[in-house]
Amino acid sequence: MDLAPYLLLAGLEGLVQASVLMLTALGLSLVFGVMRVVNVAHGEFYMLGALIAWACGAYIPGPPVLGFVAGLLVAPLAVGALAWAADRAVLQKIGYNPEGTIVSTIGMLYILQQGALLTFGPDARAVDAPFYYTIRTPWFGYSSYKLFTVAVAILLVAGLWLLMRKSKVGLLMRATQFDRETALNFGIPVGKVYSAVFAIGAMMAAVAGVLVVPNQQAHYLMGTDPLLLSFVVVIVGGLGSIPGTIAAAVLIGLSDGLLSVFFSPTLAKIVSTLLVALVLIFRPEGLFTVKGRRA
Amino acid sequence: MIHNGRLFALILATIAVLFALQFALSDYLVLAATRILIMAVFAMGYNMLMGYAGLLSLGHAMFFGAGLYAAGLSSYYWGSSLPVSFLIGILASAAFSFVIGLLALRTTGVSFMIVTLMFAQAAYLATLYFSRITGGDQGLTLPTDARSFSLLGHQMDMTSDPVRFNLALAIFALVLVFMFFVTQGPLGRLFAAVRENEPRTRMLGFDTYRVRLAAFTISGTVSGLAGALYGLVFGYIGSAFAGFHYSIEALLFTLVGGPGTLLGPLLGTTVMTMLIDRLSGLTTAYLMIVGVILILVNRWFPKGILGTIRERALPWLK
Repeated sequence: MDLAPYLLLAGLEGLVQASVLMLTALGLSLVFGVMRVVNVAHGEFYMLGALIAWACGAYIPGPPVLGFVAGLLVAPLAVGALAWAADRAVLQKIGYNPEGTIVSTIGMLYILQQGALLTFGPDARAVDAPFYYTIRTPWFGYSSYKLFTVAVAILLVAGLWLLMRKSKVGLLMRATQFDRETALNFGIPVGKVYSAVFAIGAMMAAVAGVLVVPNQQAHYLMGTDPLLLSFVVVIVGGLGSIPGTIAAAVLIGLSDGLLSVFFSPTLAKIVSTLLVALVLIFRPEGLFTVKGRRA
Repeated sequence: MIHNGRLFALILATIAVLFALQFALSDYLVLAATRILIMAVFAMGYNMLMGYAGLLSLGHAMFFGAGLYAAGLSSYYWGSSLPVSFLIGILASAAFSFVIGLLALRTTGVSFMIVTLMFAQAAYLATLYFSRITGGDQGLTLPTDARSFSLLGHQMDMTSDPVRFNLALAIFALVLVFMFFVTQGPLGRLFAAVRENEPRTRMLGFDTYRVRLAAFTISGTVSGLAGALYGLVFGYIGSAFAGFHYSIEALLFTLVGGPGTLLGPLLGTTVMTMLIDRLSGLTTAYLMIVGVILILVNRWFPKGILGTIRERALPWLK
């Protein structure tokens, strides 16, 4: 048997998964880095993004590309607004106490998931890809849309990088992350920064959901796996570190793709969840960060 | 020696009232009460760690599942008698929680929550991965000859509602009394000391890692005991019992009833189970109310029902 086609397929699938994962995980990492909040409801923002993309595709007449573009705009805005409101109404009121925020975001998880069940019903919804063009390799045809998601993900991550490094908003966020008290003393509206960060984190998950939905059906329970994998990525990459998160997303995405193709998806998940636990126990600063220095 | 006499009297009175309930309730409610009693044992195990030792775990379903599977599988495959299977369930969850505790307790705070969540998720996925043995999602139904056992010459039939209720009540009562002696004695004070101020406890010369490990192991073992009991009494084991939702149920029941109170888990389990039972008749999305209650309790009643009563009126209600 020739291994090359399998390796190529697993590699491509892994790359696509890595790029979507990178977006979701960066959202989680941003929220943890700046706010020190572990958002268990993060996967539900992803799920909402996917379902909104489906609704846009289903209710907007014309070619699928129109619905896709609409979804790409509407989903992050709607989800971002929701996350902003959730931060104001819930997290801010309990003073971002670590245990309280975890319990509250678990509550949000149930509310969003069951809300989606009530609104969209229990069926899995398929979405048409905005374009169909098959790239031929010697052994199989590969969807160009999947490679398009990789490109969009890279662009968005570059955008986030610029936002964090070059803009005033990014400066405020980094200052808040670095030292909340001092930032407050310098008149930075930390409360607003927190709400904005929570919204941006959720928006990244929502965009990932929009991108993934032509490859995978939208469903109210679809948020669990990305949440778990994002945890894996964020923790393996070092909590709150953007370069570490990107490196870990590629590593986890590729290895998950390979393990899933050659063994079983369940085994791949068992390996990665155990990896997270062991990293947190034995190397809590992450695999890619030097002790005491965080990018 | 009994340290908190009033609380002990209240516990005995609660057990007496629970025993009397079976003569007043309908068959359906007796069955519901059986389930509530077993889930309350699970929540009591959870409360040991969260309420008394101050460590919030997001993965206690793995211990419930460990007890459930160890007891259920030994009965299913080896045909061991129910008391033996029950014992195997308890021993297996004790060993499992000790090993997980050794690892997980190297972390604290947020890391501890994520580590327990991840171990539990790996355990849940393992029950799916080995579905040839465990039955996976479908689960396994215990065979007819594993549905009864003889106790001192009496035949105990696990399909009879009164037998199940009284068995669950007896074990619940034993665990409750055990919990009383652990939490109201010197070990309980040590747990509270670690919860309130860990560095100071360490400075006083206590090995806080070992104190936490003791709390973790007792907590996991009691949760596993509840799982073993559940599997054997209802004759069914399935991977859903090891899933995330069961970890959250233990947290929810404890939080609503009052973390760090002996009777809180029973009260929380009763209130929430009855509420969910009512709601699930009305809507398929009844879990939404679980989310709403988690958020509301966390914001306005972080001490739960009994914790709030303790604060306002009855300081001995621990």
